[in-house]
Amino acid sequence: MSRKITINPITRLEGHGKIEIFLDDKGDVADAFLQVVELRGFERFCLGRPAEEMTRIVANICGVCPSAHHMASTKALDELFGVEPTPTAKLIRQLEYNASFVEDHYLHFFFLGAPDFLLGEADPAERNILGLVAKVGKEIGLKVIEVRKRNRDIIRHIFGKAPHPEGGLPGGVPRRITEEDRVWIKDTAEMTLEFAKFAIQLFKDAVLADKKNLDLILNDAYCLETYYMALVGKDKRANFYEGRVRIVDPQGKEFALFEPRDYVEHIGEWVEPWTYVRLSYLKKIGWNGLKEGKGTSLYRVAPLARLNASEGMLTPLADNEYRVMFETLGGKPAHHTLAMHWARLICAMQAAEHNWQIANDPLLTSRDIRNMNFKPGHRGVGCVEAPRGTLFHDYEMDKKGLLTKINLIVATQNNAAPICLSIKKAAQAFIKGGEVKEELLNRVEMAFRAYDPCLGCATHALPGQTPLTINIRQPNGAVLRIISRPEH
Amino acid sequence: MPKPKVAITWLGACGGCDEAIVDLNENLLSVAEAVELVLWPVALDLKYQSLENLKDGEIALSVITGCVRNAEHLEIARLLRRKSQIVLAMGACACFGGTPGLANFRGKEDIFNWVYRESPTVTNPSGGFPQTSCQVDGNTLTLPEFFDHVYTLNQAIDVDYYLPGCPPPPDLIANALNAVITGDLPPKGSTLAPRKALCDVCVRNKTKPENFEITTVKRIYEVEADPETCFLAQGIICLGPATRAGCGETCLNTNTPCRGCFGPVPGVTDAGTRFLSALATLMKGEAGSDPKELIAAIVDPAGYFYRFSQPASLLGRRTIE
Repeated sequence: MSRKITINPITRLEGHGKIEIFLDDKGDVADAFLQVVELRGFERFCLGRPAEEMTRIVANICGVCPSAHHMASTKALDELFGVEPTPTAKLIRQLEYNASFVEDHYLHFFFLGAPDFLLGEADPAERNILGLVAKVGKEIGLKVIEVRKRNRDIIRHIFGKAPHPEGGLPGGVPRRITEEDRVWIKDTAEMTLEFAKFAIQLFKDAVLADKKNLDLILNDAYCLETYYMALVGKDKRANFYEGRVRIVDPQGKEFALFEPRDYVEHIGEWVEPWTYVRLSYLKKIGWNGLKEGKGTSLYRVAPLARLNASEGMLTPLADNEYRVMFETLGGKPAHHTLAMHWARLICAMQAAEHNWQIANDPLLTSRDIRNMNFKPGHRGVGCVEAPRGTLFHDYEMDKKGLLTKINLIVATQNNAAPICLSIKKAAQAFIKGGEVKEELLNRVEMAFRAYDPCLGCATHALPGQTPLTINIRQPNGAVLRIISRPEH
Repeated sequence: MPKPKVAITWLGACGGCDEAIVDLNENLLSVAEAVELVLWPVALDLKYQSLENLKDGEIALSVITGCVRNAEHLEIARLLRRKSQIVLAMGACACFGGTPGLANFRGKEDIFNWVYRESPTVTNPSGGFPQTSCQVDGNTLTLPEFFDHVYTLNQAIDVDYYLPGCPPPPDLIANALNAVITGDLPPKGSTLAPRKALCDVCVRNKTKPENFEITTVKRIYEVEADPETCFLAQGIICLGPATRAGCGETCLNTNTPCRGCFGPVPGVTDAGTRFLSALATLMKGEAGSDPKELIAAIVDPAGYFYRFSQPASLLGRRTIE
């Protein structure tokens, strides 16, 4: 008789989801699924709205990475209205965008990801940011809070609110930066860069130096052979704001390099009856189901994919760490899902370094922040690397500037199928003979948490977020156990 | 004395309200010391199952964000209502439906058709939709039912207090939590925000002429809006007159007009009609022009006036059976 395990809600991630694990007669894992249980429908209820209002509405797709949706939307408006942002507007946008990467990535690492490595064996009620602060010291906790707060101040200064920035305009930004502003922005950029160095060192000293953690990262249970996709700029280096989309195959060879507006030729979205999220795959290969390795049509996005799909980082310190990571992991591409945490810290470092450069750029404070020389067209595609992977906003409008068609490919959606596979693989490795212990289930949750999945984003078409439930089911489908944390 | 138990959860939400709670920054640590968090999916490993084991009314406060869009949201909302003494609807989605409430203008079938059949990237040879129950290799998988309508929280359960905003600002969140911790609470049903209209606190108010007329309606991208002049006086749609104050004027400060995330001013249930009546008195076409043209220049009345409040409006109001 098979059994089923349910984990609900999945926790320490953004959005609503549950994990179903089916056991066979021996109590081993027969199958496992991550189900996204929500949908909202932004692509439909924004039809007929004025194109320029989109930057204000789509930020609501996700409260965790609203800056990404806001920026993709703003860039789609640039293309719709046929206008290039002024050099200063572009710098201000990137300053805000890098600040959002910094605060997002550190929020994930310290609040959501790190507790698994540093408090892996703790009581689940302690395995969180509060427990982490208790372990590493309040001082470090306060430092994390400060870096997050000060970078969100940059977001607020430029676009009003964090979460939910407001005011992205075609060809520009709504507000300039003065020399007076530059003083505190520079100070924040310097402090953030120092923190970025500290965070990487902490990862090496506290996570990697513990052999148990390195073994876990290298464990086959957390490896998945897929393609990788990311936005790359000059010299195919990782770029969060602009460039072409590059896909590499599981051996690391370039599979495709294309302009974002051509994404429809490359990306397909498969519909399954058991989840509200569409499963992205490579159209040129064709849907081959939930499988990795040879014949797979699945690709991954997000921090590790950014490193795998690029030829280096944009900034020198991050580029150096990029090389250290691949040396330690035994070459490129790295298929180690848990290395996403490491890659995330390297991406945060790039954002911090880049902002330090921008904060010192003389052009930053120019008054030339809007290009209003519009040549309105019909279609505009905006693409950025969201913190959780490549994000596409594709809009069409009529002569009045009202939207007639909207298609969104959202970061976590790209990872939806691989997340399922990662969970199944981890479940198969850790759940044996029907023994279901809480810490083993958390190891299953670690497989999805590494992706920092944002089910709110993934279900833009639907409502939402991602709390997770894991159901463990017997072969007859009866729920053997719904994973709930011990009482406290 | 045992610490009061507090649950924080999200229904049909984006997580922005949770981020806003994290934006309490170092004060979050003091809150965490003063209360016992029994649920906060975004940050803590506590599962719904553990709530079932609590006694009814054992939770002092449940902070619920998001609209009610599917059967799971409804179930969680009802569970938390049963276990809690106080339910706080936090954020525009829980209070009024929020931007996801605009979906009430489209319907479930339209959304499903696009998302699962018509979108240019979708591949769906069988043409099927996700199912509330289906078989995969002999195993049954279930999904919560997606409702045909977006509901506000108080259309699903009894709500004690409201904290609007997209998201609510940190000062009002801190005040609300303090009020509950200290027991210093206003009458049930209160909105924990100022009772003024946004216009009354807007710094641009001093530039608003005593009497003015809107002769042309402009869209924000078309103009270089003056950062000190009232948006309406510049012919730009701004929901300030009909919207409750308390947001911190963050949009206005970046030269971006209000879209009403704080909901209607006290005593008003339909923010959109309230704004429309304010606007109508200001609209005066240029001499000899056709008033219809001026009205047509407001290209998306539903999207401007009901951006955050369709499900709470006269148009969208419904109760879950």
